[in-house]
Amino acid sequence: MSILRSLTSLLLFLALTVSSVAHAQTSDSEATALLQALADSSYAQKEQIISDIASSGDERARTWLEAYADGKLSQTKDTGQFVIVLTNRGRDWTVADALSGEELGEMSRRNIDKLRINNALRKEVEGLLSVIDLTVDNADTRLAAARALKGEVDAVLAEQVVSLLTTEGDSDVRAALEEALAIHRVEQGDLAAVAVLSGSLNAQARVALNNAAQGDNPELAAAASKALESIETKLKLNSAAETLYFGLSLGSVLVLAAIGLAITFGVMGVINMAHGELIMLGAYTTWGMQQLLPGQPGLALILSIPAGFLVAALAGIAIERTVIQHLKGRPLETLLATFGVSLILQQLVRTVISPLNRSVVTPDWMSGSLMINEALSLTLNRLYVIGFALVVFAGLMLIMRKTRLGLEVRAVTQNRAMARSMGIKATKVDILTFGLGSGVAGLAGVALSQITNVGPNLGQSYIIDSFMVVVFGGVGNLWGTLVAGLSLGTINQILEPWAGAVLAKIVVLVFIILFIQKRPRGLFPQKGRAAEG
Amino acid sequence: MSSSQSWLLRPFNERSTQLFLGILIGAVALVSILHLVFPEDHALHVSAYTVTLLGKYLCYALLAVAVDLVWGYLGILSLGHGAFFALGGYAMGMYLMRQIGDRGVYGDPVLPDFMVFLNWQELPWFWHGFDMAWFAFAMVLLAPGLLALVFGFLAFRSRVTGVYLSIITQALTFALMLAFFRNEMGFGGNNGLTDFKDILGFDLRSDATRLGLFIATGIALAIGYVVCRGIVLSKLGRVSVACRDAEARTRFIGYRVERVQLFVFVVSAMLAGVAGALYVPQVGIINPSEFSPLFSIEVVVWVALGGRATLYGAVIGALLVNYAKTVFTGVMPDAWLFALGGLFVLVTVLLPKGIAGLLRRRKKADDDDQVTGQEVTA
Amino acid sequence: MSIFQELSNRDRVFEFLAPAASPVDVRHGPILYLEDVSVSFDGFKAINNLNLTIDDGELRCIIGPNGAGKTTMMDIITGKTRPDTGSVWFGSRHNLLTMNEPDIATLGIGRKFQKPTVFEALTVFENLELAMAADKRVLQTLTARLSGEHRDRIDEVLKLIGLSQLRNREAGILSHGQKQWLEIGMLLMQKPRLLLVDEPVAGMTEQEMERTAELLTSLAGEQSVVVVEHDMGFVRSIAKKVTVLHQGSVLAEGTMDQVSNDRKVIEVYLGEGA
Repeated sequence: MSILRSLTSLLLFLALTVSSVAHAQTSDSEATALLQALADSSYAQKEQIISDIASSGDERARTWLEAYADGKLSQTKDTGQFVIVLTNRGRDWTVADALSGEELGEMSRRNIDKLRINNALRKEVEGLLSVIDLTVDNADTRLAAARALKGEVDAVLAEQVVSLLTTEGDSDVRAALEEALAIHRVEQGDLAAVAVLSGSLNAQARVALNNAAQGDNPELAAAASKALESIETKLKLNSAAETLYFGLSLGSVLVLAAIGLAITFGVMGVINMAHGELIMLGAYTTWGMQQLLPGQPGLALILSIPAGFLVAALAGIAIERTVIQHLKGRPLETLLATFGVSLILQQLVRTVISPLNRSVVTPDWMSGSLMINEALSLTLNRLYVIGFALVVFAGLMLIMRKTRLGLEVRAVTQNRAMARSMGIKATKVDILTFGLGSGVAGLAGVALSQITNVGPNLGQSYIIDSFMVVVFGGVGNLWGTLVAGLSLGTINQILEPWAGAVLAKIVVLVFIILFIQKRPRGLFPQKGRAAEG
Repeated sequence: MSSSQSWLLRPFNERSTQLFLGILIGAVALVSILHLVFPEDHALHVSAYTVTLLGKYLCYALLAVAVDLVWGYLGILSLGHGAFFALGGYAMGMYLMRQIGDRGVYGDPVLPDFMVFLNWQELPWFWHGFDMAWFAFAMVLLAPGLLALVFGFLAFRSRVTGVYLSIITQALTFALMLAFFRNEMGFGGNNGLTDFKDILGFDLRSDATRLGLFIATGIALAIGYVVCRGIVLSKLGRVSVACRDAEARTRFIGYRVERVQLFVFVVSAMLAGVAGALYVPQVGIINPSEFSPLFSIEVVVWVALGGRATLYGAVIGALLVNYAKTVFTGVMPDAWLFALGGLFVLVTVLLPKGIAGLLRRRKKADDDDQVTGQEVTA
Repeated sequence: MSIFQELSNRDRVFEFLAPAASPVDVRHGPILYLEDVSVSFDGFKAINNLNLTIDDGELRCIIGPNGAGKTTMMDIITGKTRPDTGSVWFGSRHNLLTMNEPDIATLGIGRKFQKPTVFEALTVFENLELAMAADKRVLQTLTARLSGEHRDRIDEVLKLIGLSQLRNREAGILSHGQKQWLEIGMLLMQKPRLLLVDEPVAGMTEQEMERTAELLTSLAGEQSVVVVEHDMGFVRSIAKKVTVLHQGSVLAEGTMDQVSNDRKVIEVYLGEGA
């Protein structure tokens, strides 16, 4: 049996190499004959026939075999026509012609005769399919097929892989094929192949090495154990990198949420408890934008950046004018009043929009992930958020360092009375900084809409964390906020695996409470007499 | 001369305290009489439900007094007093849980239902002793007191004040809420502790017990008020105000500001714990939502509405806001948060001295005429 | 904690046993002794190798241009600011660098701030009551009762600072000059061994200045007084010995006449061209 299989596979392989060049298409009559043979023959014969189909060089062979493996390749009882079942729900099934691909509409279930298949055959077909894909022109398809081969290679396939390697030009595909081959060889007890697998992150490779490490051959077992060790190290490194990535991602969200707060708190000495709700407004702006531009989530998202900034900035300025300016010099009262504002904003959203979460669509170019290697892939949306946070931070730094507003803001932060006596209109600076800080909160909301649900409670869940970041980083220092945000995010992610999400949060809170024992003014305090107040 | 008396007796010489105690005792007595004397279908009858509701309000009033003591007189805006309230409540809840005995759903003589449900084999160490009333009642004071002591020691020692301290207290209660939500903590997770049967042998569902709890709450409020008033009228009260207004100056005349703050903070936390302990048997449940930052900050607005640094203002504010809340949430629940939010803004912007400030403005005009002829009563 | 700490803190127990008189050891002469003190804020040297000795019972005036480090020096003595280097001794027994503000105050160093700070929500009487030398621990403060003796002492000081009429008014309503007086009164209530007085006559009338001068001179002898002042007329009227600070260290020291004829001092005050 196995000799037969090897032979057929070899033949098939040769045929394929030819066909891939020629792209020959068999005539419909030949195809019908093949399919008819598949339908009529016994399971033992079918094996031969599927390899015939695969080696026929027909471009449709792949479709047929896939449909066959899925149990969807059928023959109609009345006309003997070969069809592929598209949906098989209810009494009537939708089908398409297997030869022309043309949809035939619905057809009674009773008229459809499925071409029988068993598990052994299905495995055979799957093996064949991967080999078919290994010969197409598209390198990505070949790469995917080669990766799928890992752990699937048997003696027959191994020979084919060896031959394929002689012609394969793409280095990635080669590497994948070599690894697939090595897995097989290690399973066969080949000592040399262990070297190929050492450092591989593939799960199948680890299974093969594990088996080898526990096998009878002491030399092989030792080599395999050593290879496994190096793999372990590499895996640990990768998972550390992943934790770091998640930490930076969480951290950049914290930075975005906190940096606006750092500005308003630093300059005006007031805590705006409605800051979280300004973030929420930014997120809802994104949602609203997508409702206005259905079908164009990407464009809507990009437009939301200025829109979210404006909406939140205007809301912030409104809060400053109506509430905060009446409470000058009474920071605790300001805290209470803005908390009231936050309650009102939350309830407003609940009443006007909905108490339920709204989901914001992630545009295609932001979904998916960036695969670094088989053990590490970075989700794109988080990558964008990290980038966005850094851009916003850089922008704010520029405003603070290079513009007149920035100069005035820094002056007011350090000594309000002195700045005022030098002709700086503190009121104007207050309005502008509050607008700026609030606008940044809006930007944070836009970013958050891409990684979490948008709901009335969105802001609440970030406000305490944001304050922790500001306190940790030191008031009135943007670098402090950046460092504090990123490090708190990372600490949180590092703790999470062995403490659980809730406990991690508690540990971080306790850490901050203890931290301000040592440094009451944060990581980067303002020094000197001005700061003593 | 009042200043030569013991600090706890001093409040009784004061008109405002006499008035406050008179009204409080009168009101509690009136409610009790109306409840007992008139039959249920009579127009003047006060139902057991109302009695318990009023008892709940009085618990809130005591909590508000505790908050006013630290905020009004010490200038420490605690956004985490709900944590002390809840800890007192949990201490009482644990006692009530142990009192259930084998009458629970699962009938385990020792383990509360939720532990049986979680497949726990034995009582966690921190549940021991709570079957004894004296121990549980001591813990009502000690648990919040100890937390306040450790937290306050750390915070005041490093001179964390103002908005920083407010935010840290909020983080404290938030962290505790997260912790108590966890089943592993052994406090019943998000369901909390409930299904209580009796307290000190009295059936919690009987009207007599409910009235008794209401009266006990009234007495606790009276005692709490007198203790706070006593502190406020003592030299320590004046030092507190000194810390509030000029912390550095207070240090330079020889007071250890952080110890004054710590002492008053711990007393306040204990009072909050007592309020929580009386609250739990009346509402029949304690769960982690009492730790929520929203509750704690709501308490602050009761005090702000009533008028800070008056104590009686805190009581007025607590009663008014909670009555409004009961009415609002019954009639139009959606509007409540708007009303509460609006209250925060209006009180702080338009009524910084609260209702008590309005009352006092009239009184002050009278006082000022006589001030020159008056002898020292400080 | 406070009770526990009170009980467990052994050096505090001495207060029960200690005689009412201040335990400051001045047998060797100076009551205050600063040696090689330096402190800098963000690289700016506010105090630079400062050496200063104040004798027991002395009245010393310290002058110097703005930024000379006068206020920072007071901050260091009273424990508000810790110097980077150097040592500060009160008498020959107490190292002030190991103590905090309330300890230093209890030990007998009183301070009047440049900007008068009184407790504005408390009455004039209560301001003096709080400042009064007493056991200032928490529980003792809670149970403190005002004796007739205390009352007499407060009345005395009220008369001295001319605020008897306003004793029951809140300190917040006082004028600037009255606040200055109240603060001086609080200083007197403390009965300190050493008074640090920062610009005592700012905002005072000519007569008030005279009274302040009288008061400070009368205090010297029993107590030691350090006055920081800009008003040269006032300094001349009270000073026996003057120290000139410049850029964080001592520029000159001596009688008013010696100092005002010192070439370096003239340069600093009048500029290079003089």
